Amino acid sequence: MIEGAPEAVMAFFPRGTTQYLVGGVMVAAGIAVIYLGTAIIPGNSTFLETTLSYVSNVSRFNRPSYLASRDWRVVFALSIVAGAALWGLVLDPGPFVTRVQPWRLFGGGVLVGIGTRIGKGCTAGHGVCGLGSASTTSLVNVVLFVGVAIVTATVVAALGVTP
Amino acid sequence: MSRDADGSTTDRHPLFLPLVVLGGLIQGFGLAYSGMARPEVVLDFLQFDDLGLILVMGGAAVVSGLTFVVATHFLDRAPLSGDRYGRRTRSMDRNVAIGGVVFGVGWGVSGICPGAAYASLGIGNLPILWAIAGMFVGAYTQGYLRSRSQAESPHSITADD
Repeated sequence: MIEGAPEAVMAFFPRGTTQYLVGGVMVAAGIAVIYLGTAIIPGNSTFLETTLSYVSNVSRFNRPSYLASRDWRVVFALSIVAGAALWGLVLDPGPFVTRVQPWRLFGGGVLVGIGTRIGKGCTAGHGVCGLGSASTTSLVNVVLFVGVAIVTATVVAALGVTP
Repeated sequence: MSRDADGSTTDRHPLFLPLVVLGGLIQGFGLAYSGMARPEVVLDFLQFDDLGLILVMGGAAVVSGLTFVVATHFLDRAPLSGDRYGRRTRSMDRNVAIGGVVFGVGWGVSGICPGAAYASLGIGNLPILWAIAGMFVGAYTQGYLRSRSQAESPHSITADD
């Protein structure tokens, strides 16, 4: 919790602020560890396409840069799964199962898969690494996806879908 | 524009994969800790009920910004790959905008993005497999269509990441 913050501001953080700041710093720290060691900037959505090269001969998924990175990207994604599991074991928050409906997860997921790959990156690639790189391209992408997501979530809620 | 380092399989340093594991563990822990692995927390942000996501993305962008500045100004080559450090830049074109809008609709509907989805699986949220399956379907669909249109008119598609 940020000390001394006015109550009007804290009303926008009903769950507090500490976990957000610490979590965000850790997300970037995980990326930084890999970057400082290898100069690789590891986004999270490229994994979707490089992994498809194992089961598809579509040319887009079998580009040299994808074939060269597909194995460590699998290792990276599985390590993210394991890191989150470790959080569950260490802090023992109890089980969490989302109440967001399966059609929202699947349908939204399809659009996330299309959009992040056409748009050259996701929340990690554009949001964390691209903004950190002061990239105008990333800023444009982030402003668009955050803005459109706010409108979309508001419309979905207004239609009475909960959650 | 120079291509990002991609960790080619030839002559990899023995510590390469262990470092990828370490980075993934830290990021996965952070995504779970930050609440981003829960679609409800993201959807609360998108409806202005809980602005915590700004702190997550902002905090992360500040740390990654410092990392990029230090590496590109004060360090020469990465110890495990010998590659030069670069910033994450992408060419601006129509696809960046179209992709951002499509991603935004998907994120607003589902409340989940790729990295957070992997972490969500780690905290035992099995229904997130719907979202991960959807992401693969979406990634396959765009890749299939782009490969086909590229085969028809090889000069109409610009190279990207």
